[in-house]
Amino acid sequence: MSARDDILAACRAARPPGDHPLPNLPAFAPASSDLRAGFEQGLALMGGRSFDLPAGTALGAFIAAQFPGERLIRDASGELPEFPRVDAVNRPRDLENVDVAVVRARFGVAETGSVFLSESELQVNTVGYLSQHLVVLLDPVALVAGIADAYQRRDFGEVRYASLMTGPSATADIEGVLIRGAQGVRSLTVIFCPRTIEDAAARSAG
Amino acid sequence: MSPETHEPVDHAAAAARFIADAPHLAFHDTRLWELRQKRDGQMHGVPEWETLRDLASAIKEHTLSRLAEYLEQFEAQAIANGVQVHWARDGAEHNAIVLRILRENNAKTLVKSKSMLTEECEMSPFLAQHGITITETDLGERIQQLDDEPPSHIVVPAVHKLRTDVARVFARRIGGDPENTDAHYLAEHCRVTTRPLMLDADAGLTGANFLVAETGAMVVCTNEGNADLSANLPPLHIVSVGIEKLIPRQADLGVFVRLLSRSALGSPITQYTSHFRGARDGGRMHIVLVDNGRSKRLGQAEFWTSLKCIRCGACMNTCPVYRRSGGLSYGAVYSGPIGAIINPAYDPARYAALPFASTLNGSCTQVCPVRINIHEQLYAWRRIIAAGGLLPGKKRLVMRLAGVVLGSPALYRLSTALARTAVRILPRGLLYTRLNGWGRDRELPTPPSESFASWHARRKKAG
Repeated sequence: MSARDDILAACRAARPPGDHPLPNLPAFAPASSDLRAGFEQGLALMGGRSFDLPAGTALGAFIAAQFPGERLIRDASGELPEFPRVDAVNRPRDLENVDVAVVRARFGVAETGSVFLSESELQVNTVGYLSQHLVVLLDPVALVAGIADAYQRRDFGEVRYASLMTGPSATADIEGVLIRGAQGVRSLTVIFCPRTIEDAAARSAG
Repeated sequence: MSPETHEPVDHAAAAARFIADAPHLAFHDTRLWELRQKRDGQMHGVPEWETLRDLASAIKEHTLSRLAEYLEQFEAQAIANGVQVHWARDGAEHNAIVLRILRENNAKTLVKSKSMLTEECEMSPFLAQHGITITETDLGERIQQLDDEPPSHIVVPAVHKLRTDVARVFARRIGGDPENTDAHYLAEHCRVTTRPLMLDADAGLTGANFLVAETGAMVVCTNEGNADLSANLPPLHIVSVGIEKLIPRQADLGVFVRLLSRSALGSPITQYTSHFRGARDGGRMHIVLVDNGRSKRLGQAEFWTSLKCIRCGACMNTCPVYRRSGGLSYGAVYSGPIGAIINPAYDPARYAALPFASTLNGSCTQVCPVRINIHEQLYAWRRIIAAGGLLPGKKRLVMRLAGVVLGSPALYRLSTALARTAVRILPRGLLYTRLNGWGRDRELPTPPSESFASWHARRKKAG
């Protein structure tokens, strides 16, 4: 017998007695009705920061102002034609010298301050990790209350890669000292703003 | 895990060596208790916590009771998503499959994220023998790799080390200033020396925390970003995972993801909860489903529920014995209370001491997010080990004596009376001998002048 058939047969032979029904998943009340405030608190706890785009300020100029020393800013959102695009590179590793990358999250999770990013938002998956800093654009109306609500969405099943990203990469593996920027991004900044330019328009212009 | 020719693990002796080092012991104990307290803080912030534990336990028990069916469903989904699925009965088969995949793809360098399964299969030494260069990319795991030590904790692999140890290991193996013990400096040094290895790697390997049968998703929960880099940089991604990691539905992640990091580190979620369903354009993805003793354990009435484990490490952080003996003292891939019930299933003779490395206080069971009755399984293993004649010599002698004394009320009364007097009048040299394990590292309590039985008898007479 193949290993596959052996393992499956062994699992069937060893089936524990009893019924063990699959439970229905109840809905729980959200921790807070203010999704926006919950998201910001959750994100701050995980080491991320968030801003509103000030009225009358251009998004690109605002981002550049947040990172005065950084030279290479690349955009995956399709909303910032002034920056070179992420998908212009040939290989995933070619993003290693990116200082700041801009992406637009599909939605955010208030419970934890997480953002949903898949291969379609990232364009090249490694941009979410190789860049030194990550800027995430998030429409404040695109928030779900809890992690359980996020997993009710179909988005996860429609992509090959998706991450719920919560703050920057971190480690506490040396004496429990918390360090932001382990192997991935050193900082994660969420900017609340609705989409201003349609991606398709940006693509045809670029 | 390896053949039965190994010496039995002497947990007490290894723990004694760990305890002898006061600074390491103090940090280890404090750090792990801090994780336990952070876990409690998160738990109190989730009113439905106990319901989530019930749900997690029920979902896992359901899945395990229909494991073959869910494995088939997952396999069909994964194949439909373009993933190549492999099956391994044991560690040796797993390692051979990984090597074959690497060779077929002409891959000589492998970057990997933390995976207890690959530790269990002893994959890294095998691949190294066959010319593969392996780089661990999790910081704690990298420290352990460079120091030629296994991980001592399933979540924080180098928690038994101080920053001075890390500085020394780095200086010896990857350069750096042995005198600079600043944690930020050390982490940055690891980042800048590891990243080029990831950029150039031919292949990446990760474990998985959950496999979703419904969608074929392999879910990886990490904090450092190293798993996502290992998976997304090289053209080849291999996932090595035990067959017990299955859950039926995507919606079930809404239960497990809420419990995992809160239980492990006391954070609401890991920085990255990543879902891999298929290779990116131009990439290839393989998964190796590994049994290695799991189907056997599934058939053990007293122990099958240990397969519910989601590897959060909460039982280790709360265990007074683990905190004061260190993970390496268990001499096994899995340490702490969960290790003490998993390892004997592989080799009861070798791991006979581990179920005794517990006070049976039940704290492990209280914090377990999937409600494994760990302390009851510890006790069940003790019975099996004693019945199998696998107790170490001194413990066997003491247990036989205790059996005789406790089995006879008259002998018991006589012995307690003698002990009360003995502890009071005997010189220290006679009381604190090598034979008296209870007198090591602690003072014997001052005995009461009267036993409970004689007090009770007196009170009844007066009464």
